[in-house]
Amino acid sequence: MTTKTKSKTTESVVLKDYESVIIFTPVLNDEQLKDAVAKYRKLITEDGGELVHEENWGLTKLAYPMQKKSTGFYILFEYRSKPDFISKFELAFRRDERIMRYLTVSLDKHAVIYNQRKRNGEFNQGKKDQKQEGAK
Amino acid sequence: MKKKSNATPAMVFNTMPEAPQKKKFCRFKKNGIKYLDYKDANFLLKFVNDQGKVLPRRLTGTSLKYQRKVAQAIKRARHIAVLPFTGDSLK
Repeated sequence: MTTKTKSKTTESVVLKDYESVIIFTPVLNDEQLKDAVAKYRKLITEDGGELVHEENWGLTKLAYPMQKKSTGFYILFEYRSKPDFISKFELAFRRDERIMRYLTVSLDKHAVIYNQRKRNGEFNQGKKDQKQEGAK
Repeated sequence: MKKKSNATPAMVFNTMPEAPQKKKFCRFKKNGIKYLDYKDANFLLKFVNDQGKVLPRRLTGTSLKYQRKVAQAIKRARHIAVLPFTGDSLK
């Protein structure tokens, strides 16, 4: 009985919201990048997480040189996963030479709402206008 | 020297109201903004000076609660090279 309930609780671990920005080296070609992204997408879903959103910023200019490179491919994953998945995920980042840098952030409820609204295209113009008006 | 000290606040943060006696306000509380996106470089640029340093609350009027979030967001943005650590003329 106890073992059963235990396994039940471990199965229904609460998923938390996270967001990872990954910067790949600009040396990769399209296909290599696609492969790399697919690998991490698979990692998330394999471990019982769910991918909420994925964004590709393309080849973006860096604000400062990193590993003697001035551009990078930015990939953004927003996902829900078990908390102990993050250490595995980041370990994979560190082992991957194609990745120049990464940042994983846990999202609070406001951030989740913000990201949802951003995806629906509710701000950008509306929000910026508001702010400028507020500043005036 | 006097002239300079008068001119700097407006120059450093030119989106603030010009009149010095006008009361400052926290833009986050006023506009009901609860989350600061570290990926939004244009917005974060309002909280750094042209060297890329974080502006103090006394110039921006941000409340302490949101100043902490501003600082955190700027540091995250720097890490992913969305904002520079240093720069000469960001604006």
